[in-house]
Amino acid sequence: MAVRNRRFRSRRRMLGALLAVPFLSITRSAKATERLDFDHLYKSFGVLGLEFSDKVKALSGQTVAIRGFMAPPLKAEANFFVLTEIPMSLCPFCSSDADWPDNIMVVYLARKQTFVQFNAPIEVEGVLDYGPWTDPDTGFVSQLRLRQAVFDQV
Amino acid sequence: MRKLVLALISATILAGAAQAATVYPLDRATILAGSPFDFKVEFKSVIKPEDVKITVNGQDYKAVLGKDVQFVAEEKNKDKVLGSAVLIRGLTIPKAGDYKVEVSAGSESKSVTWNVFATGATPKAKNIIFLLGDGMSVAHRTAARIMSKGMTEGKANGRLNMDDLDHMAFIGTSATDAVATDSANTMSAYMTGHKTAVNAIGVYADRTPDSLDDPKVETFAEAIRRQTKKSVGIVTGAEVEDATPAAVVSHTRKRADKAEIVEMLYAVKPDVLLGGGSAYFLPQSTAGSKRKDDKDYIKLFKEAGYRLATDKNELNAASGDGKLLGLFHTGNMDVTLDRDFLKKGTVDKFPNQPGLVAMMKAALGEVSKNPEGFFLMVEGASIDKMSHPLDWDRAVFETIEFDQAIGVAREFAKTHPDTLIVATADHTHGVSIIGTVDDDKPGTEMREKVGTYAEAGFPNYEDKDGDGFPDRIDVSRRLFLGATNGPDHYETFRPKLDGPFVPAVQNEKKEYVANEAYKDVPGAVFVQGNLPRSADSGVHAVDDVVLQSTGPGSEGFKGYLEESDVYKVLADTFALGADKP
Repeated sequence: MAVRNRRFRSRRRMLGALLAVPFLSITRSAKATERLDFDHLYKSFGVLGLEFSDKVKALSGQTVAIRGFMAPPLKAEANFFVLTEIPMSLCPFCSSDADWPDNIMVVYLARKQTFVQFNAPIEVEGVLDYGPWTDPDTGFVSQLRLRQAVFDQV
Repeated sequence: MRKLVLALISATILAGAAQAATVYPLDRATILAGSPFDFKVEFKSVIKPEDVKITVNGQDYKAVLGKDVQFVAEEKNKDKVLGSAVLIRGLTIPKAGDYKVEVSAGSESKSVTWNVFATGATPKAKNIIFLLGDGMSVAHRTAARIMSKGMTEGKANGRLNMDDLDHMAFIGTSATDAVATDSANTMSAYMTGHKTAVNAIGVYADRTPDSLDDPKVETFAEAIRRQTKKSVGIVTGAEVEDATPAAVVSHTRKRADKAEIVEMLYAVKPDVLLGGGSAYFLPQSTAGSKRKDDKDYIKLFKEAGYRLATDKNELNAASGDGKLLGLFHTGNMDVTLDRDFLKKGTVDKFPNQPGLVAMMKAALGEVSKNPEGFFLMVEGASIDKMSHPLDWDRAVFETIEFDQAIGVAREFAKTHPDTLIVATADHTHGVSIIGTVDDDKPGTEMREKVGTYAEAGFPNYEDKDGDGFPDRIDVSRRLFLGATNGPDHYETFRPKLDGPFVPAVQNEKKEYVANEAYKDVPGAVFVQGNLPRSADSGVHAVDDVVLQSTGPGSEGFKGYLEESDVYKVLADTFALGADKP
């Protein structure tokens, strides 16, 4: 959506320099964090399945940062939320005919954080994990996860 | 005096108040003679089995229905006891007529009357093509005609394919639990002859939390399998396990049971199944899967003799022995405006998706090989899917595409006159055309460029390449469609060239608020929503839909019909309720 992208591009430029400051406060290690992008999660999309990108495979188990939008959580006390490329206009947890996009990232938080999304992107940092996994509490199946994650508003 | 009388009356009412049990099928149900259905009585209290009395037309039920009820002492929702119930699965009544069912136990009683209907002994048509424009309302048709054909001095410059279908009826779409309705219960009424509750398919909605135990009624595909050797085809731009295609074969209280619906599709095995939604066919170990088990339905369908197509080229090459599975997207397929014009949405990920017309032609090619005939359901799914987010340009393009599919059906019927064509919608949307938006009107405020009455003039879409679609959607004077309802959003007065409109997003209080991505579009105005803040998009309207039809059997469509009455015409066309020798 170019409407959205235009806005972000200009904001991104402006925020680029500022980002480092709030970011330091949530970084666990001094080591430089690898960045991921929603465009680079999958090598291929196909009817018969998606293939993870080489970058995702290479960074598995490492701390990465990715920017996206927080989808409304399943319940307030849930210990995970879904990170999406664009703000969710439908709530698959609440609406029976809504469904998740293919390229979602499930974020398991290191500690409880308050829901912040308000038309605004967030930056999440956590340990990358890929492959199918079923959440034992909710039965929610995910393909891509960030564990021990923290996030901040961009 | 009056007070005293009133007090006496209410006391009498209270003393004599018998609680009403609930009987499924509901009162005034219409049931195809010989079709299996489940009979259930829900009592509001816990009762003893020996207290249950059931008569049918005054006789003991066993004599008429031929089966014993199964007694359920306590139905529960978690720990809460809901009451007792009795149940018969797979009941059939072969003889047409009215059946008065009277049930009592303790202080509870209920009386319902079912109408069991037979059909003619001889089929009226060999084939039925049932085209459903999901959410298609009168505004969509009018806009499709004006955008596609143009208008001069108040007269349309051409006609849509649906404009010449010669039999028509107004159809009431309400659900059993509400005046409002959704694509599950509406298509279920068309495909079973029974109305049901919002979100339910092929079942009456009972009170237990399990979505797969509700009293079932027979679907049209099941009736065709039971009574004929005809082929069954399903074509949609949505996920094939979405409510409308699902309702041709499935039984669930919850349309969201998509993984289970794929299993039900596999059980009935429509000969042709084309659309999106492969994510629910893939085992959970495959990235992109939305199943929670290891079943691989792609493999299972292939093993059952289906040829698989995953894009346009494979679809065109897939002419085979009549069994075809085409899945062209993991989710809902992209819409015409994105697929063929703007290359937005998810077209970069799935660049070679066929359109509805190509899918329909391929499906017709397969099912028409059967000398016994066929039933083909074709859904223009995204008329609805684009109307929800108030993206009227995309919804109208979908309507034009849907009309072209009707054109394919009419072309087929020219050489196969033993074909009934039905073109209808499942429900409407709250939308109307009120005039035009003209960029060349003076000023910068887009609101001032809205033309109404004489100021509207005529839009300046052009179709120079003759494909039936305007060559460009963003012309300078375009139709202005308005919604009767919606969440807070920004009206931009312009086509959304960057991808489908996303009017609202959820905030931290779980309220839908206007999507600020559109706030800075020049001339955009904030539109205060009129729905609860939990509503993410525009909603279905309760208005009637217009059904149009042609061919043998179509004379059954006239005046006002309930959606469930449409099933009678379909069943009669194939003589599905005829006594078998």
